[in-house]
Amino acid sequence: MGVLLPVVIPLAGALVVAFAGRVGAGGARRLSAVVAGVTFIATLYLAFSWNAGGGENIAWAIGGSQRVMLLRFAVDGLSVPLVVLTGFLGLIAVLTSWEVRDHAAAHHALLLGLEAAVMAVFLADHILLFYIAWEAVLIPMFFLISVWGHENRRAAAFKFFIYTFAGSALMLVGIITLMVSTPMDSLVGGMAVVSADKQTLVFWLLAAGLLVKVPVVPLHTWLPDAHVEAPTAGSVMLAGVLLKMGGYGLLRVALPLAPDAFRAAAPVLAILGGIGIVYGAVLALGQRDLKRLVAYSSVAHMGFMLLAMSTGTALGIGAAVLVMVSHGLVSGLLFFLVGALYDRTHTREIPRFGGLVAQVPVWGGVFVFGALASLGLPGLSGFPGELLAVLEGFRSFGWWIAPVGLGVVLGAAYNLYAVRAVAHGEPSVEWQSIPDLGMRERAIAASFVLFIVGLGVWPGVVLSATESVTRILAMALGGGQ
Amino acid sequence: MEVLLQQPWIAVLVPAVTAVLIAVGGGRAVKVTRWFALIGPLAVLTTGLAGLFSAGDTPAVVSVSWLTQGLDAISVGASVDALAAVMLTVVGVVSAMVVLFSIGYMAEDPAQTRYFALLGVFTAAMTGLVVSTSLVGLFASWELVGACSFLLIGFWYRKPSAANAAMKAFLVTRVGDVGFLLGLAVLWGRTGSTDIATVNAVVGSLPAGVATVAALMLFAGAAGKSAQFPLHVWLPDAMEGPTPVSALIHAATMVASGVFLIARMWPVFAASETALQVMLWVGLVTALGAAAAAIAQRDIKRVLAYSTISQLGFMFVALGAGAWQIAMFHLVTHAAFKALLFLGSGSVIHSAGTQDLHEMGGLGRLMPITMATWVLGAGALAGIPPLAGFFSKDGIIHAAWVASPIAGSVLVLVSLMTAFYITRATVLAFSGSFRGEGHPHESPWTMTVPLMVLAAGAAGLGFAGVALTGLLGGHGELDLTVAIISGSVALLGVCVGVILYRRGPAVDAALERRFVGTYAAARSAFGVDALVTRLLVRPARPCAEKVYRAIDRRLIDGAVNGIGKLMAEVGRLATALQTGQLDLAVALMGAGIVFLTALVIGWGGR
Repeated sequence: MGVLLPVVIPLAGALVVAFAGRVGAGGARRLSAVVAGVTFIATLYLAFSWNAGGGENIAWAIGGSQRVMLLRFAVDGLSVPLVVLTGFLGLIAVLTSWEVRDHAAAHHALLLGLEAAVMAVFLADHILLFYIAWEAVLIPMFFLISVWGHENRRAAAFKFFIYTFAGSALMLVGIITLMVSTPMDSLVGGMAVVSADKQTLVFWLLAAGLLVKVPVVPLHTWLPDAHVEAPTAGSVMLAGVLLKMGGYGLLRVALPLAPDAFRAAAPVLAILGGIGIVYGAVLALGQRDLKRLVAYSSVAHMGFMLLAMSTGTALGIGAAVLVMVSHGLVSGLLFFLVGALYDRTHTREIPRFGGLVAQVPVWGGVFVFGALASLGLPGLSGFPGELLAVLEGFRSFGWWIAPVGLGVVLGAAYNLYAVRAVAHGEPSVEWQSIPDLGMRERAIAASFVLFIVGLGVWPGVVLSATESVTRILAMALGGGQ
Repeated sequence: MEVLLQQPWIAVLVPAVTAVLIAVGGGRAVKVTRWFALIGPLAVLTTGLAGLFSAGDTPAVVSVSWLTQGLDAISVGASVDALAAVMLTVVGVVSAMVVLFSIGYMAEDPAQTRYFALLGVFTAAMTGLVVSTSLVGLFASWELVGACSFLLIGFWYRKPSAANAAMKAFLVTRVGDVGFLLGLAVLWGRTGSTDIATVNAVVGSLPAGVATVAALMLFAGAAGKSAQFPLHVWLPDAMEGPTPVSALIHAATMVASGVFLIARMWPVFAASETALQVMLWVGLVTALGAAAAAIAQRDIKRVLAYSTISQLGFMFVALGAGAWQIAMFHLVTHAAFKALLFLGSGSVIHSAGTQDLHEMGGLGRLMPITMATWVLGAGALAGIPPLAGFFSKDGIIHAAWVASPIAGSVLVLVSLMTAFYITRATVLAFSGSFRGEGHPHESPWTMTVPLMVLAAGAAGLGFAGVALTGLLGGHGELDLTVAIISGSVALLGVCVGVILYRRGPAVDAALERRFVGTYAAARSAFGVDALVTRLLVRPARPCAEKVYRAIDRRLIDGAVNGIGKLMAEVGRLATALQTGQLDLAVALMGAGIVFLTALVIGWGGR
């Protein structure tokens, strides 16, 4: 039953918020905060009970039937970290939307609906349920961007929708092919493998949808537009959890069902990852829009995720999950900060800022922290995953991964460029009187800082969860570990 | 004492905790809490001394598993062996003295809380670097000291020059750090371990090529951190940080950690003759070029910065010559006399209100303690017997001579230049009459006591050479021939310096006229920095922006939008009744899915 709660609570909450129109903006946001808070607690409860059960998969199905029904949910070591991350960012997203006045109830209902859909993606056991949840995510996100977004919100929302929908259409073809060719439809704990002759086809059909979501270059151009136009909560959810669906899907669906094809595709995935690392960093460096800079940094970070995964070793796959969780936290923090700054200045133009550490010291200090986390400073969450991606990348691909080093330098370059241009330097007279982060915002920032430091110092908290799954996945690939 | 050796992480934790206390205490309490900042360095120093006194015993190793997955595990651990004990003592003494000095030097700064907290974090990270028993822990600390350096160089972040210098320092060292990272990856890939002892034990059995590559990659990291050519360009700019920070981070400890890294990983380097040769020649070029640059600087801190680069070059020559114990010996003496000189320059700057040697003069009478201690430090740097630098430099020149007579003779030349440039700075600052404005005065006790402590080291540490190198398993006896040559060369350099600059700063202009091209080249440090700036730094963002506009927006996104438009156009023609774009797309895709599925299943089913 516990496995159901992270889906049901926000879903029910979304309906209540949507139909309790009379409570007004204040009531809607307070109600949503309670729902999101309870959801977060439910994810923690699920994680703890999963851990207390010795890492046994927890499953739930209508009527207890494992075979027939579509509505089957399950959690294992691969989904636990992402479910908790979603619970945390879901709460953060509600808290960052505190100032939304325009149709607040609808906004919050959509946020909670989005959270429920993402939870369903991470917890789905039936492959069709996975697909339905995957598509369901698009709808609330589409409306969040197109209604509450910035200037070019409609174009960005359409692009986001059509782009990812096109990808998932191919994915659906892959899933149907797969269901035709194998009787197994269980994703968690099941180890059905597609027959050898169809693996390549199924893998690349699935990958088409999954890689758009990651996103990989050159299928990434929906991301910066969607990010820049989305409201802050939308960006937090988009970067924090929606991008993780791609990586999760590769590990949950594509790899176990088509391991031979995955192994054959590994060099391609590694190259795509490497391109993302370097090219994403170059693009981030080339920005004058602060939010766009953070958006492009996602391309680079997800490149590390893909590189780590493509090694096919247990440690590499674990590192991919680490990168995903870390990126969820770090990009969530940075989008929150950029949003808070936009609320005060109504601009995202980097050249108009400067010396903000002097004017808004708390905002500035946390921004420097976020930039250091993003460039992979040890002790913070980005370090372990990206370190392991390079170590395991070398073990699997040798000197081919050397160009990633360029990405490591560029990663420092764009983050420090942002710090230099926005936080350091002579304070601009334009923003002399903007207020620093308030108490609610400080609490948000502090919780991010806490989790980012925690994961950086103790990556074992994620890796001990993924251990059981990564071992099996690596074995499926014939890596022996 | 014993517990500090059994649990070396305590020495890491104490400065970190005091840093947190200072930060939490906030601005109002800083007059009190800044004194807490002394506790961390003293804990480090105690640990170091305890390690020195029990250097014969097998050191305790504390290790915890950092992460495991599959069959792989990465641990981090701490231990105080003889090498760590030597380094900890250096870190402890210098950081204690720098904190004490800063209490006077930074007394009026409104952001002291941040300053003293960062010093604490730095001391913790530096201690972690020294005691780490795993390459991952060492690398993590290595990056953290770099981050502290970044934050402290940019301490006065409103100043554009300081903010730029901070960024430059981080980026240039990160170029080297990528080398370190790849070296780590090579060792991990080939040995399956990040444990230093394990790696060092098995590296000898690896193919020579692998060892060479690993060694060169690690050296790249060391060269970045220790400002070796061509990655030295960040260090002169790093002088934008508060002067005590320059003494601690950019003279005595962090910049020397490249030397420490190579000493720590010595078996990797011993396995590769190529790597040793590369280090020797890079070190030699650095020592020579930086010494020449130091002669032509007007800013007292930039003289010292180039001097530091040059002296680090000496250490790398020693490493390249295979004498890592001598390199460590010079690291220790250099830490004492260079920290002293930096703090002395801080005392001068604090009092005279300028960093320009041409605006100083006559400070000897006004600041007797600063001058007396400075002269000891300058003498040690110049290599005047029997001051500390004389002994360690003698060892390096001897080792270099054995490895390559050319290298040995170049180092003798560099010694002459060293004696000359530091004499120039000394004479310009302290003799004659004051050329600046205001009324210089001697600094308060918090600033002069550190000077005296470090002066004692600069004067006497040379005599510890035999014991120190012996502790590390090497030999540090004086070579008489070299001693006579290098001693007389040092005296010669001092004499020339005094004779020339007795007449005041006008000599600089005369020299500039006399050696038109050479002098300008030396002042600009042979244009390396300008070249790097022109070729890499300045074009970086414009190029990135071009890539963004031309490739990402126009080409890739243009293609995407083109396909989208095409689809919409086809759809408009096909279904004239449809109005909403989204409905249209969904409908089209539905049809597409059915079609594709039929195709795939039909094809796959054959």
